[in-house]
Amino acid sequence: MDGMLAAQKESRTATRKPVFPFTAIVGQEELKLALLLCAVDPMIGGVLALGDRGTGKSTAVRALAQLLPDMHVVLGDPYNAEPTPSTPPEQIAVARVPVVDLPLGASEDRVVGALDLERALTRGEKAFEPGLLARAHRGFLYIDEVNLLEDHLVDLLLDVAASGENVVEREGISLRHPARFVLVGSGNPEEGELRPQLLDRFGLAVDVRTPDDLPTRIAVVKRRDSYERDPHAFLRRHHKAEERQRAALLKARALLPRVKVPDAVLEDASRLCMALGTDGLRGELTLLRTARALAALDGKRVVSRDQLRRIALPSLRHRLRRNPLDDASSSSRVERALAETLPG
Amino acid sequence: MTPDAAHLLALDPVGLGGVALRAPFGPARDAWLAALRTMLPDAAPWRRIPPDLPDNRLLGGLDLTATLSLGKPVAEHGVLAAVDQGVLLVAMAERMAPSTAARITAAMDQQDITVEREGLRLTAPTRFALVLLDEGIEPEERPPAALLERLAFRLTPETAPEPIDLSEARALLPRVTMPMEMLEALVAAAAALGVASPRATLFAIRAARAAAAIAGRRVVADDDAALAATLVLAPRATRNPAAEQDESPPPPPPPEDNPDTDETPPPPSPDQLQELLLAAAAANLPAHLLDEAQLKALSSRAGGGRAGAARQHAQTGRPMGARAGEPRGNNRLAVLDTLRAAAPWQALRKRPPHARIAIRREDFRIRQFKRRNETTSIFAVDASGSSALHRLAEAKGAVELLLADCYVRRDRVALVAFRGQAAEVLLPPTHALARAKRSLAALPGGGPTPLASGLDAALELARAEERAGRAALVVIMTDGRANIARDGTPGAARAQQDAMEAARALRLAGVSAILLDTAPRPQPAARALADAAGAVYLPMPAADAQRMSRAVGAAVQRLEAA
Repeated sequence: MDGMLAAQKESRTATRKPVFPFTAIVGQEELKLALLLCAVDPMIGGVLALGDRGTGKSTAVRALAQLLPDMHVVLGDPYNAEPTPSTPPEQIAVARVPVVDLPLGASEDRVVGALDLERALTRGEKAFEPGLLARAHRGFLYIDEVNLLEDHLVDLLLDVAASGENVVEREGISLRHPARFVLVGSGNPEEGELRPQLLDRFGLAVDVRTPDDLPTRIAVVKRRDSYERDPHAFLRRHHKAEERQRAALLKARALLPRVKVPDAVLEDASRLCMALGTDGLRGELTLLRTARALAALDGKRVVSRDQLRRIALPSLRHRLRRNPLDDASSSSRVERALAETLPG
Repeated sequence: MTPDAAHLLALDPVGLGGVALRAPFGPARDAWLAALRTMLPDAAPWRRIPPDLPDNRLLGGLDLTATLSLGKPVAEHGVLAAVDQGVLLVAMAERMAPSTAARITAAMDQQDITVEREGLRLTAPTRFALVLLDEGIEPEERPPAALLERLAFRLTPETAPEPIDLSEARALLPRVTMPMEMLEALVAAAAALGVASPRATLFAIRAARAAAAIAGRRVVADDDAALAATLVLAPRATRNPAAEQDESPPPPPPPEDNPDTDETPPPPSPDQLQELLLAAAAANLPAHLLDEAQLKALSSRAGGGRAGAARQHAQTGRPMGARAGEPRGNNRLAVLDTLRAAAPWQALRKRPPHARIAIRREDFRIRQFKRRNETTSIFAVDASGSSALHRLAEAKGAVELLLADCYVRRDRVALVAFRGQAAEVLLPPTHALARAKRSLAALPGGGPTPLASGLDAALELARAEERAGRAALVVIMTDGRANIARDGTPGAARAQQDAMEAARALRLAGVSAILLDTAPRPQPAARALADAAGAVYLPMPAADAQRMSRAVGAAVQRLEAA
């Protein structure tokens, strides 16, 4: 069984088209930064990317997962469990950071897992068949068109993402397993909106637009075309940049627990949230967590106002109380509050 | 010879993604497909699937019958694995289930499929071209947008392309290069046509390379790029570049009219090249683009692909007990009910040696679910002079309040306005509130009252919604005084007669309706109209937006309770 799994994995890497490198993505700076910050600190709570089709949202997520160093797992474990010191070495395998796609039509049992029907029926055993949440543990769960997903599923996903644990109580099965993942949702708001209750449970929100200046569009197409012509050569050209980005990410992760937030920055964050009238304290908490991750990425041990300012927009733009009929952009409201409360 | 999309697709099936053929079943389509198939490599698989293939057939999974009879897991390969290096055809693609579309897009993006279930792990490469056989007639009957986006071509086959031998072109294709200025011109042409997605431009580049390979060229020539602009970019255009300039000359002749001459002119500058590409694209612009008014309606219909009775097999929602059936595809097995059904027979059945219970197919029970009915409120607003001047603002206010209610309930709204000669669907059914508000704000008032056309348009929308499994409520806001007949001719008597007829059609169709009389004083004409339509009549002598909103809100609740 173990040998079979390993063999299948090899054939899998052989057939799969190489992933577009993260550092080669043209533009979409805000999305890339948001993803990197979540990779530094998964507790930020995921990214919601709203915008046009074909702007490289799923490319960016897959590219980031590719950038992350491989992880050690217990061989054959359906939950991607991390080996403990007592795990025998031959039971430890190396696996890529998983990116799990949640298809639009997914049913709840496919997501959380359910009674393994075949085993229940053919052998009379009560066994649990893990769902997508188990597979996403320690990786990314990507939902395209999250705004079209049924509300109860979005609720469930956000709950699991926030608690890091999947609790299953169904069909006579009662179990819990760890499910820590970065939730990335994308969608086109023109095709349906996300309920505001769900919006502000995403840590960061970014606007993804098709670039409208010609040089950028040309650069996007050129890069992509040269990748499609010869993916392997393209990867080799970007290898160094990828290595640098990976090293920076690992350094930031190591630095993160030691990054300090001075009281002045705490006060700035609260002033900003009060000026915008955000509900609850989630806004402040996300601001601080994200600013800390950015400081770590910058290689700084102390968070400064500059970092706070740079991440205010993605941390707050989806937390404003708004009239559903008012289309004044929430981004511009955050920008205005930023200019008033934290003049630079 | 100018290559057809079929030639290009046969040459680079995986790279170009495929084609959406919008045409009814018939000889033209069959001939086009036959030509495509002839030009593909001999061993290429060619599989046709229905639009709602269950996951285990599409992706592969456990073969339940074989598993039960053999007593050990038996894997079953799916269609996507079988069609590797070939062509996958989806019949009636306009009725495609969103879940099926999501599986296929994932397979196209990753070029492999992985099925993971207890005891089974299937991984298979799947690189294929997709042919969507779109038999939709109504504009909203379209294949899912996410799939269309991933196909280079969309066309209506008219003449069958002549099959040619592609073996030389196939050998040449990997070496064909495109000059940088041509790539830049293609990007610029895409921008000028309002094609936002970079995928489209990448497809155009690939199509141009394929065209060059067929012509035996190593470097893409202008004609190849022009062909790519015609076939790939033009059908996706959301903007007519010719219409932007006020006094633009009529679109230049299509590329077929440019004789293929061997004398090569000096290489044109990117600007000239872009103009050439746009001129080529102009020949194939979607017909509606030529009419700016219809453009808005099109872009707001971006959703697509939701037609059909997708709701019938609801697999989510409130559980509603179980019934006998196969746990195939999206049906979920009700384990306890299945065991209960099997229990009485255990003494009689011969049990497989390792099994504790003997279950047969006839024992299977599947779950049923009830889904909350979605409601679409269709507002038919009289924006004519008689109604508009003093009431339109209030009607707008009421609609806005209702929109906020709909937002809370996640219902859909649609907006039909009638004034002048005809009715216009300002907003097709949508959840998107910001858009609803924009189209409402843009609603002008004044002019005569084509009441009958307004009611007809509302009825048509209501029927479409009901076909899609949603309940529809028509809210008519008018003073009931018609003066334009169905055919657009003035005259109060004819107009009134037509309006009554349209109202009776509403009643016959069984559509729930509310008529808000917006006149300052209750009008007998409006009352009669409400009676004919079987509508709830609400005179609003001193109506303010709040009251209207409450009245309609109550009606929606009644409808949902029913």
